[in-house]
Amino acid sequence: MALLTYSYAALFYVAALVLVSGLVVKIVRYARTPAPLKIPTTPAPTSRSGVALRMTREVVLFESLFRGNKWTWIFGWIFHFGLFLVTLRHLRYFIEPVWAPIALVQPFGIYGGIAMVIGLLGLWARRFLVDRVRYISSTSDHLMLALLVLIGTSGLLMKFVFHTDVVAIKRFFLGLYALDPQPLPADPLLLLHLLLVALLMIVFPYSKLLHAPGLFFSPTRNQVDDPRERRHLAPWARALEQQAPAASSDPRG
Amino acid sequence: MAKATFDVPELTPYTEVPAVTPGAMAHSAPFVSKAEFQGPLGFPGELVEDWQTRAIDKMGELLGKYRSLRVYLDSCVKCGACTDKCHYFLGTQDPKNMPVGRQDLMRKVYRRYFTLGGRLFPKLVGAEDFTKEVLDDWYSYFHQCSQCRRCSVFCPYGIDTAEISMAAREIMDSIGVGQKYCNEIIGKVYKIGNNLGLPGPALVDTLEGLEEDVFDETGVKVRYPIDEEGAEILLVTPSADFFAEPHVDGLIGYGKVFHAAGVSWTLSSHASEAANFGMFIGSYDNMRRVAQRIREAAIALKVKRIVFGECGHAWRVAYSFLNTLAGPWDFLDPRYPVPQHICEFTHDLIEQGRLTFDKSENDDKVITFHDSCNVARASRMGEVPGGQFEIPRAIIRATCNHFYDMDEDTIRDRTFCCGGGGGLLTDDLIELRVKGAKPRLDALNNVMQEKGVTHMAAICAICKSQFTKVLPYYGMEMDQIVSLHQLVSNAIVLEGGEDDDEEDAPAAA
Repeated sequence: MALLTYSYAALFYVAALVLVSGLVVKIVRYARTPAPLKIPTTPAPTSRSGVALRMTREVVLFESLFRGNKWTWIFGWIFHFGLFLVTLRHLRYFIEPVWAPIALVQPFGIYGGIAMVIGLLGLWARRFLVDRVRYISSTSDHLMLALLVLIGTSGLLMKFVFHTDVVAIKRFFLGLYALDPQPLPADPLLLLHLLLVALLMIVFPYSKLLHAPGLFFSPTRNQVDDPRERRHLAPWARALEQQAPAASSDPRG
Repeated sequence: MAKATFDVPELTPYTEVPAVTPGAMAHSAPFVSKAEFQGPLGFPGELVEDWQTRAIDKMGELLGKYRSLRVYLDSCVKCGACTDKCHYFLGTQDPKNMPVGRQDLMRKVYRRYFTLGGRLFPKLVGAEDFTKEVLDDWYSYFHQCSQCRRCSVFCPYGIDTAEISMAAREIMDSIGVGQKYCNEIIGKVYKIGNNLGLPGPALVDTLEGLEEDVFDETGVKVRYPIDEEGAEILLVTPSADFFAEPHVDGLIGYGKVFHAAGVSWTLSSHASEAANFGMFIGSYDNMRRVAQRIREAAIALKVKRIVFGECGHAWRVAYSFLNTLAGPWDFLDPRYPVPQHICEFTHDLIEQGRLTFDKSENDDKVITFHDSCNVARASRMGEVPGGQFEIPRAIIRATCNHFYDMDEDTIRDRTFCCGGGGGLLTDDLIELRVKGAKPRLDALNNVMQEKGVTHMAAICAICKSQFTKVLPYYGMEMDQIVSLHQLVSNAIVLEGGEDDDEEDAPAAA
């Protein structure tokens, strides 16, 4: 019992560390890498607020994907929105007292869990049924879907079939904050669920899940269309100008 | 009628998504650049000894210089939204011509050398060593991308395969594997001043000939000046405009518009080329060097404004990059954007009611308009997003009585590339060019059948050259492609100037 609790405590400390540090490293690297040229996919907004709106539509509605493929869009959006509701629902395990909006969202979180699995299965089906998508799918793409489907179904099973001691789970996670792990219920389904979630957290910064932060740094989506009005110059491009000023600025010489 | 050594696809009313046929275009590769064309651009003459190490190092360098590359190589989730968007995939069925398939050629190398997953579990994440076979694949398929950005429109993360193709070509150039067509042309720009290698005296001759032709036809002395110091406007136009049909008809049109506007203008023999193939090969240095000629010409000729002629990628470099590469433009007239597109210039005059047209001059044509990819998805015209679609159409409507758009899925920001962009407009890639033109020509054929369209107008030298060449493969006529300013040229009603033969000609406003 104690061994189990301490193993899972260690697992989640490691997973959280990998997730946070891995993402911070990646995000800092994205932010520090310059975008030397203006490359928004046009028509593009001509102001920062317009870009914020464009980005919001991409993040919330998956606008480009909607234009690209309706099936992928519907399954992808169902999955992500479901995941969003599930995440909100799960916040109750990590905060005390539970905020009112999180309490309100609890029943929707259950529908979210169902939606999430349906969306994932739809996306997975495309990897078998559409020859183009089958061609581009690698083992890791299938494993990622398997991981998410297993997380979703194990969670749903705990909700609807094999109930587990949710109060004890909350005590376990709150205990982690205080470096004082409390006993974790030894239900196999719960242990599987938590193991897979920890795995997801660990692979996140090293996998295609980087699409989440990546979108915000995508120059074709986050740049303002104003190259004639404002001169855009990356630091390394500015250094080029200082290297050879004579050759470029005085053609008559 | 052109004879093909390959199967020309059958046109269909709507472009159907083909089943994938792996390896269908694996044989396609352009001529490799010789040492003499590599040197002037600062690239090794042939494949260097330690090419693999140097290529990986170069990739690392580019990952640090271009956020697009870094983010795009990480972010793809293989959702498949791009898989049916590339005209080369639709025309060739080769899955490595699906945008994600093309990107993965670089992504698998990136993963192997730059990511933890690829170092530890290459098989699992589809990572691969950078072998000679992979390099050959790169050379073949990164020269089957016209950098038209259609895929980037539909990608949920905005992944732009053009960015990856450009980086791949830059990496290959850096280890001595260049493409002859692009690199030879850039050398010509450095040496002679333009892509076609037309020397200054030949340009002067051509322009004098144009003045005579236009005078014979209209009785009005329209000028086509070059290297005239103190002119208000510097016109930078693709060198094809000096040379071939239907391009030259566009140049005639620009001159007539300038004449009607009553502004002085000049071409420059130093910057006698709007195109900038430095972009195609992903070389910032070469792109900048080519762009600097325009700055040099503007300073030397003491102009106040810069206007670009009809050229797609040139307008991308001009609109999106020129300020970065060759700015700041604080010595020019601040009342006008720098640079302006000739369509913006003409459209402004139309809006102000300063041009008179006799639309019936174009009554022998039923027109449709081909949105050139780089104009549509990588630039703008006018003040409002989407002006790049509306302004050329407004000019057509002002000059022609019969205009119909092609299918909505194939125009504006969803337009299909002509099949010859991105440095692929060379005869050694003719199969690719013909097959890549299919989606555009499906849509064209459709409006020809349904609306009786006879001609397609374009605002890009590459589009015009490409269609002139490939239309006959599909049983169409090469002269069905026209310059937009050719339509302006046909319809514009010119008033004589002071030095014309007419006695009571009013002075230009």
